[in-house]
Amino acid sequence: MASDVQSAGGNGGQKVTARAERPLSPHLQIWRVQITSFTSIMHRFTGMALAVGTLLLTYWLVAAAIGPEAYSAANGFVGSVIGIILLIGWAWSLFYHLINGIRHLVWDAGYGFELDTAAVTGWIAIIGASVLTVIVFVIAWAL
Amino acid sequence: MSIRTPIARARNHGSAKAGVHHWWMQRVTAIALVPLVVWFVVSLLTLVGQPHAAFAGWVANPLVAALLLALIIATFYHAAIGMQVVWEDYIHGHMTRIVVDLVTKGVLALLALLAILAILRLAL
Repeated sequence: MASDVQSAGGNGGQKVTARAERPLSPHLQIWRVQITSFTSIMHRFTGMALAVGTLLLTYWLVAAAIGPEAYSAANGFVGSVIGIILLIGWAWSLFYHLINGIRHLVWDAGYGFELDTAAVTGWIAIIGASVLTVIVFVIAWAL
Repeated sequence: MSIRTPIARARNHGSAKAGVHHWWMQRVTAIALVPLVVWFVVSLLTLVGQPHAAFAGWVANPLVAALLLALIIATFYHAAIGMQVVWEDYIHGHMTRIVVDLVTKGVLALLALLAILAILRLAL
C-alpha cells in the first residue's frame, strides 16, 4: 500500500520519492465488521461454495443415471462422515444464499434499504439458514 | 468516423458490451431458482433412503424431468456469471482474469451437460 510521491509531468524524469504508507481505501484494518458487510461477503462466499458443490451434485446425478450400484456408492459417500460434513456446509450455504438472495431481490425492487431493516433481514438470513439446515437434517435423519 | 467515446479509445478495451444484460440475467435466473430450489429440497427429502428405483421413477415423470432441467440450466448459468463477477473483482491481471473466467465457464458448462445428460437418460 505504499505510494510514491512524484512530481507531476514536466521535467522529463525528475522524481521525488517519499514512500508513504497509506491504505488506498478503508478496509478490514479500519472498519469493524457489521451485519451488512458480513452478510454481503457471506453471500459471495456461499455462492462460491455452491458453485464448487455443483461438482458433487453432478456426480450424484450421473451416478443415479448409471444405475443402482453407482447410486448406492454415491449415497454411500454422501452418507460418510466427510460427506455429511460437506452436505451440511452445502445445505447451509444453499439456504443462506437463497434467503439472502431474496433479500437482494427485495433491494433490487427498491425496498428495505433502511439500516435497521437491512440489519433485521440480515439476521433473518443467518438464523433462517441455520434453522432450515437443522430442520432438513432432522427430517432426513428421521426418515 | 468512430462513435466511440474518447475514454473508450484511450482504454483500448473495446466497448463495454452488455453490462446490463449480465445484471438482468443474474436476477432472472435468481427469480427462477427460488421456487425451483425449494421444490428440489422438498422433493429430495421425500426420496431420502429410498432405493434407486424410486429416484429413477421420480425423474422419469416428464414434469419432474423438465423442472430438473430448468433447475440445472438456471443453476449453472447463475453460477457461471456469478463467478465471472468474483473473478473480475479479485483478479487484476487482464489475461489471467480472462483465462480463469473461461476455464470456470468451461468446467461449469461441462458439468451442466453431464447433469442434463444424466436427467435425460433417466427420463427418456
